[in-house]
Amino acid sequence: MSFLTLTGVQKTFGAFVAVEDFNLEAARGEFVSFLGPSGCGKTTTLRMIAGFERPTAGTIVVNDEDITHRSPNQRNVGMVFQSYALFPNMTVADNVGFGLKVRKEPKDRIAKRVGELLELIHLPDRAARYPYQLSGGQQQRVALARALAIEPQVLLLDEPLSALDAKIRVALRNEIRAIQRQLGITTVYVTHDQEEALSLSDRVVVMSDGRIEQTGTPFEIYNFPTTAFVASFVGTLNVLPARVVDASSGRLSVGGQEIRAVGVKASNGSEVTVALRPEIVTMGDGDDGANRLAGTIADVTFLGSIVRIRMEVGEGHGRLSFDTFNDPNQALPTIGEAITVTFPPEACLLLAGAAEVAAAATAAVDVEA
Amino acid sequence: MTQASGRAPGALDSTIREATRTATPASAETRRRGALWAWVVFGLGFIYFFLPLVATFEFSLGHPTGPVGAEPSLRYYENVLIDPKSPFFERLAYSFGVAIATIILSITIIVPTAYWVRLKMPQIRPIIEFITLMPFVIPPVVLVFGLIRTFAGPPFQITDTELGSVTLLVAAYTILSFPYMYRAVDTGLRAIDIQSLTEAAQSLGAGWPRIIVGVIFPNIRVALLAGAFLTLAIVIGEYTIASFLLSNKTFAPYLSLLGQNRAFEPAAVSLISFGLTWMAMGAIAFIGRGGQRVEVGGAR
Repeated sequence: MSFLTLTGVQKTFGAFVAVEDFNLEAARGEFVSFLGPSGCGKTTTLRMIAGFERPTAGTIVVNDEDITHRSPNQRNVGMVFQSYALFPNMTVADNVGFGLKVRKEPKDRIAKRVGELLELIHLPDRAARYPYQLSGGQQQRVALARALAIEPQVLLLDEPLSALDAKIRVALRNEIRAIQRQLGITTVYVTHDQEEALSLSDRVVVMSDGRIEQTGTPFEIYNFPTTAFVASFVGTLNVLPARVVDASSGRLSVGGQEIRAVGVKASNGSEVTVALRPEIVTMGDGDDGANRLAGTIADVTFLGSIVRIRMEVGEGHGRLSFDTFNDPNQALPTIGEAITVTFPPEACLLLAGAAEVAAAATAAVDVEA
Repeated sequence: MTQASGRAPGALDSTIREATRTATPASAETRRRGALWAWVVFGLGFIYFFLPLVATFEFSLGHPTGPVGAEPSLRYYENVLIDPKSPFFERLAYSFGVAIATIILSITIIVPTAYWVRLKMPQIRPIIEFITLMPFVIPPVVLVFGLIRTFAGPPFQITDTELGSVTLLVAAYTILSFPYMYRAVDTGLRAIDIQSLTEAAQSLGAGWPRIIVGVIFPNIRVALLAGAFLTLAIVIGEYTIASFLLSNKTFAPYLSLLGQNRAFEPAAVSLISFGLTWMAMGAIAFIGRGGQRVEVGGAR
C-alpha cells in the first residue's frame, strides 16, 4: 500500500523542463533516495513534495490525501536542508520546539518532546546553546530533531550531509538511518553521492535530465543497471570497445582478444561497448571458462589497504581499472609490466548508448586515477 | 645533490633563524612607523570631530568679553535645563516621539517589502532601490509643499489638527528614512539565508506573520538598529518639514528660534541634544545587544 504517491509529476520553468513524468510509490516507513547529478531534477521533485514548488502537472498524495496544491505549512512534511537552516536567534531547544510552538502545544509537552529528541540525537546537554556554538554535524542533528519534532508524515532530506567532512558524514549517515528505522518514518533523501544512496536506502530512484532512469533496490541499481546512464553513474565502470564475433555464442573481440558475454543481442560484426565493474576483475589467469585479457600496466596507485591498477588493453583498445589488496610480502606491480586479468562472462554488461557511457566512464576512471 | 639538500638537518633551521633575526629590525621599524601613522590619522580625525564640540562647549559657558561679560559658568545650561519656562525637554520629547513613530512605520513598511523582494521578486530590486532613493532627489521643501497642497484642503484636509499634522510629519520622515532603512535592512537580509530560513519555518507549520516577526526580524536586529539610528538622527535634526507642518513644536525649529533670540543657550542646547541623542542610540544598541551572531550554519 503506497503512502507517498507521485503521479505524472512535471515541473517546467518557462521552456525548461526540470522534471518530467515523475512517478513514484513509496510505502509507509520506506527510505527512498533520489540520486543523480546536479541539475537532474531531484531537488526540484523534493521541493514539490515539500510544497516549495508547485508542479506544472501531476499529483502528490500522502496517506490518501492529495497535497498537490496545499501550502508548505499545511502539509506536515518535515524538511532537513543542506545549509541546516537553523534559526540563528534561537537556542537548540527553541529550534527543536519551534514547530510545536507554532502548533500551540502546551509548554510542558514542548519541553518533554524537545528533551526526547535531544536524547535521540545525543545532544541532551546542548539545549541552551545557539547554532553558532555547535559543529556542522551537531547543527545538522539539531535540524533533524527539529524536523522530527512535529511528527511529520514524510521526512525530506535535501543533501543533508554534503557540507560535512567525510568522517562525520559517514557517522551521521548511520545515525540518520538508525533514527529513521527506529521511528519508521517515510523518508525521501536527495543526494548526488551514490555511496550515501546505496548505503541508506530501501529504494533508489536514479534521475537524469528530469526523468527517472531507474528505480530499484540498491542491489538492483548497482548490479543490474537498465540504462547506460545508471551503469555509468552508479559505481565505477570500465568500458571497452568491442566487436561482436558470434552473437549466438556471445563471442566478442576486444582489440583482437576474444572474450565471451551473456545475452548478446547485437548482430555479428557490429561494434558494442562492454562494461565491467572493477571489483570483478582480478589479476591472473583465473579458472577455465573465465574471460582473459592481456595488457600492460599503465599506472599503479598505492592507497594503503588497496592498490589501484590501470591496465592498457592492447594498443589503444581501452583501459581497465581494478583494485587488489595490498600484500606487504609482494612488491608493487611496475608500470609497463605485462599482466593478464580475468573476469566471468556473466559480469560483462553490454550497454546501450555506448558513446555516452564510454565518455562518462573514461572520465570517471581518469578522475579516480 | 644540491647544496641545500647536502646540509645537516639543523643547518636549515639556523638559516631561517638567522634570516628572521636580520629581518626583524626592519619589519619592527615598519610596524612602528605604521602604528605612528595610525595614531597621527586618529589624532587628526579626533581633532576634526571634537574641536568644534570643544569650541561649542567653551562658547556655551559664556564669553568673558561678550555681551554678558560674566565669568564662564554653566548658567546657560541651567537656563535651558532647570528654568521651568524652558520648553527644551518638551520639544525634545516631542521629536523623540515622532522619531519612534517614524522608526516603527519605516520598519513596518521596509522589512516586509525588502524581504518579499529578496525572496520572491529579486528582479524588481533595482526598481525598489530607485524608489527608496527618491528622497535624495526631491528636496524636503518640495515634499512638504506637496503634502500641504494635498492635505491642507478638501477632500483630504488633515492639517487643521495637530494629530493630522503629526501624522503627515511622521509619513514625510518615513519617506526621508527610506534610503537608509532600506539599505540597512537589505544588507541585513543579505547576511542571512532567508530562503532556507523561510522554508524551514514553513515546513514547521509557520505562516507569513510568524516567519517575519519570529524568524526574520530577530535575525536582522543589528541591521534594524542601524536603520533606527539613522532615522533617529534625521528626525531629531530635521528642520524644514517640521517648521512648515508643526511650527516650532519639534526640536530643530525650537533650536533655530532659540538661536535667533539668545547668544549662548543654543550652544548649550546643541551639546545637550548631542549627548542625549548619543545616549538614545546607546540605549537602542543596549536593547539590541546579543544579536551579533547571525550566521546560518557552517555550510554557507
